[in-house]
Amino acid sequence: MTIADLVPYHDLVPYQVVLAAADPDQLLPAREQMAFTLGFHIILVPFGVALTSLMLIANYRGLRKGDSTALLLARRWSKVAAVLFAVGAITGTVLSFELGILWPGLMKTYGSAFGFPFAIEGLFFFLEAIFVAIYIYGWDRMRPWAHFWSGVPVALASVGGAAAVIAANSWMNQPGGITMRDGKVVSVRPAEVFFNNAFWLQFWHMLLAAYIVAGFVVASVYTVGMLRGRRGRYQRLGFLISFVTAAVALPVQIFVGDTIARQVFDDEPAKFAAIELLPTTGKNVPETLGGVLIDGKVRYGISVPDVASILAGFKPSTTIKGLDAVPPDIRPTTAQVNIVHWAFDIMVGTSMLMLAVAVWFLWLWWKRRDTLETNRWFLGAASVCGIVSILSLESGWVVTEVGRQPWIVVGLLRTRDAVTTVGNLWPTFGVVVVLYAAVGTGALWVLHSMKKRWQEQGDESVHVPYGPEDAQGTPPERSEGKVS
Amino acid sequence: MADVVAVFLFIGVIAYAVLGGADFGAGFWDLIAGGARRGHAPRKLIDASLAPVWEANHTWLIYCLVVLWSGFPTAFSAITTTLYIPLVLALLGIVLRGAGFAFRKASIRTPEQRLYGAAFALSSVLTPYCFGSIAGGLASGRVPTQGGGDAVSSWVNPTSILGGVLAVLSCAYLAATYLVVEAKRRDKPVLRRYYRYRALAAGAVTGAVSIAGIFVLQADSPRLFDKLSGPALPLIVLAAVGGFLGLALLALDRTRGVRESAAAAVALVVCGWGVAQYPYLLGTHLTISEAAAPDATLAVVVAVACVAAVLILPSLILLFRLSGRGSVGVGDRPPPSTL
Repeated sequence: MTIADLVPYHDLVPYQVVLAAADPDQLLPAREQMAFTLGFHIILVPFGVALTSLMLIANYRGLRKGDSTALLLARRWSKVAAVLFAVGAITGTVLSFELGILWPGLMKTYGSAFGFPFAIEGLFFFLEAIFVAIYIYGWDRMRPWAHFWSGVPVALASVGGAAAVIAANSWMNQPGGITMRDGKVVSVRPAEVFFNNAFWLQFWHMLLAAYIVAGFVVASVYTVGMLRGRRGRYQRLGFLISFVTAAVALPVQIFVGDTIARQVFDDEPAKFAAIELLPTTGKNVPETLGGVLIDGKVRYGISVPDVASILAGFKPSTTIKGLDAVPPDIRPTTAQVNIVHWAFDIMVGTSMLMLAVAVWFLWLWWKRRDTLETNRWFLGAASVCGIVSILSLESGWVVTEVGRQPWIVVGLLRTRDAVTTVGNLWPTFGVVVVLYAAVGTGALWVLHSMKKRWQEQGDESVHVPYGPEDAQGTPPERSEGKVS
Repeated sequence: MADVVAVFLFIGVIAYAVLGGADFGAGFWDLIAGGARRGHAPRKLIDASLAPVWEANHTWLIYCLVVLWSGFPTAFSAITTTLYIPLVLALLGIVLRGAGFAFRKASIRTPEQRLYGAAFALSSVLTPYCFGSIAGGLASGRVPTQGGGDAVSSWVNPTSILGGVLAVLSCAYLAATYLVVEAKRRDKPVLRRYYRYRALAAGAVTGAVSIAGIFVLQADSPRLFDKLSGPALPLIVLAAVGGFLGLALLALDRTRGVRESAAAAVALVVCGWGVAQYPYLLGTHLTISEAAAPDATLAVVVAVACVAAVLILPSLILLFRLSGRGSVGVGDRPPPSTL
C-alpha cells in the first residue's frame, strides 16, 4: 500500500511537488553519464551505418569501371571504418552495461518489453561484426566481386541494427504493446512494442541523419585537402561520392523532420510545448526563434506571428497545448524546456545552413562545374558542414531525450524512479570522462597519422612492426630467432 | 520456455568463454611477452590471429546481456545493483582492450604501440578476472533477488576469487593452444615451441588451481560443491579428461585436436556450473521460471536465437574458415598495391 493508493490524485499533487524538489542523489550523475556516453557513441553511429555504404559505392564503381582511384578510396574508407567500428563496438557495450547499472528500475520493470529490441539489435550487430571483418581483412585476398559482396551484409545489418535500437528508444517516447498489472508487465505484444507509434518516423530520421553526417564529415576531409592545394582526381571523387550522398539525404530529412514535428504535436504535447517554448495553451501561436523561458515568461526571442500554429495544423487557429496543460508534478523544469527549445532551433537552423550549401553545390555543378575545386568560399562552407552536421545530430538527440523528461518511459516511469540507489556515481562518471577523452583522442590521433601516412607515402600495405627495427634496418622478422 | 531461454543464455556464456576468452588470454601472453624487441614476434602472431575475429567474439557478451535482460529482467537488475563494481571494472577493461588493440594495429611508432599495447594487455587480464568473480558471486548465491546486495563481499570472497583466477588462467591456456595451432599454420616453428611451453605451463597451473578450488568450494559454497559432485559430476570428469588430453597432446607436440580438447574442457566446466545451478538463476533463491519475462518476450528471444543459429553460425564458420585459409587476414601475405 503506497501513498498513491490512499490519497486521491488531486490531493497528492502538492506532496509530489514537494517530493520532486528533492531528486535522488544519483539522478544527476546518472543522467550526465548517460548523456555523455550516448552523446559520444551517437557520433560513431553514422560511420558504422553510412560510411560502410559510401565505401561500397566506391568499391562498386571501382570494380565496374576499372577505376583504381575509386578502389583506393574504398580501401582507405574501410580502414577508417575499422577503427571507428571498434570504438563504436566498445562504446556501445558501455551503454548496454549502463542500462543495468544506472537504470535498474527501467530494466527490472520494463526489461521484458524494452529489452528485446536490443536482442534483435545484437543479432544484427553480430552479422555486422562478422562481415566487417571479412571485408576489411579480405582486401587483395578474396576475389574482387566476392569481396564486394561480403561488404553488402555490413550495410544491411547496420540499418537493421539502427532500426532495433530506434525501436527501443521510440518505445520509451510512445510506449505500447504491454499489459500491466500491479506494477508488473504481465503480457507483451512484441510487434506492437517494436513497431510502436513513434517507430517509423524516428527510424527514418536517424537513418537519414547517419547518411548526412557520414557524408558531410567525409566530404569535409577532401574539401580541406582541396583548400590546401591537393586537387587530384582522388580528392574530387572522394568529395563527390560523400557530399552527394549527404546532399540527397538532406531534403528528404527535412521533410521527415517536419512530419515528426507534427506527430509530436499530436502525440507528445509536453515535448511539443517545450520545443515551441510555449507556457500557455492557445491559438495563433507564434513561432519563437531563440529566446528563453524565465519565470514562466518568454523573453528575448524573435516572434513570428501564427507560424507555430500554421506549421502544426496548417491554419492559424490551431490550438497548441502549452506547458500549463501538463500537470505540475510531471512538467519539465524551466531549464529542460529551454534546452529542448534551443536544441530544436539549432537542429533546424543547422539543417537549413547545410541545405543552402547543398543548393550552392547544385548550382555550381550545373553552371560552373570547372570552378568546383577552386571556389574557396564554397570549399570553406562545405568543410564546415562536417562539424555542423554533427552539431545537428547531437541537437536532434537532445530534443528527443531531454524532451521526454521527467519521464524515462512516457506516462509509465519517471527517470528519478528508474535510477540506481546504490554506489556513488560521481567518481565513476569522472573515470568515464577521462577514459572517453583518452579513447577519443587516441582515435583521432590514429586517424590523423593514417592520413599523414597516406599523404606522404601513398602506401597501402604499411608494415606494422611490433617493436623497433634494427639500426641497419634489418627486417624485424629476424628477431623471431631470439624469442625462446 | 524459460528453461529454453536459459539454455540459449548458457550457450552464449560458453561461446563467450571459449572464443572471447581466448582473445583475452592472448592479451595475457601479450602482457608478459617482454620488451618491444623480444616480444615482437609473439605479439605479431597475436595481432594477426585476433584482428579479424575479436569483434565477432566480443559480440557474444552483448548476446548474453540482451538475452539476460529481456528474458530475466529481475535477475538482471539484481545483478547490476549488487555486482556493479566488478561490472564497471570489466567495462573499463573492455573499453581499454578494444581501443588499445584497434589503435595499436593502426599505429606504426613504437612508443604509441607500447602505450596502446599496454592498455590492451593489462585490460585483457582485468576483464576475465572480473567476469570470473561475477560468476563466483552468482554461483555462491551472493546476489539477493531484490538486488542491492553487498557491493564488496559479493565479489571479494573465496568462490569469486577462485572464479576470477580460474578465468584468467583458462583464458591463457586456451589462447596458448590456439596460438600453437596458428603458429603451425603460418609455419613458424620457433613461435610454435614458444607457445607450446606456455600452453603446457598454463594448462598445468589451471589444473592445479582447479583441484585446489574443490576445497575452496567445499568450504565456501557447500551447495554448489554438492551439485558439482552430484548431478554435474560427469561433466566435470569429462572436463578433466579434456584438460588432460589437451596437455598430453601438447606434450607430444601434436596440434590436431589440441584446440578442441582445451576448448571442450573450458566449455564443460561452464556447463557444469550451469547444471549445478539449475533450476536456480541466482544462488538458491531465484529460480529460472520466477525470474522469467512474460511468454511473448521469451518467444521473441527464442526466435531471435533461432534466427541467429541460421544466420550467424554459418557466417561465423565462414569467417573462421576464410581466416583459417588466409583469405581474410593481416600481415603475412603482402597485399599487392593496386596503384
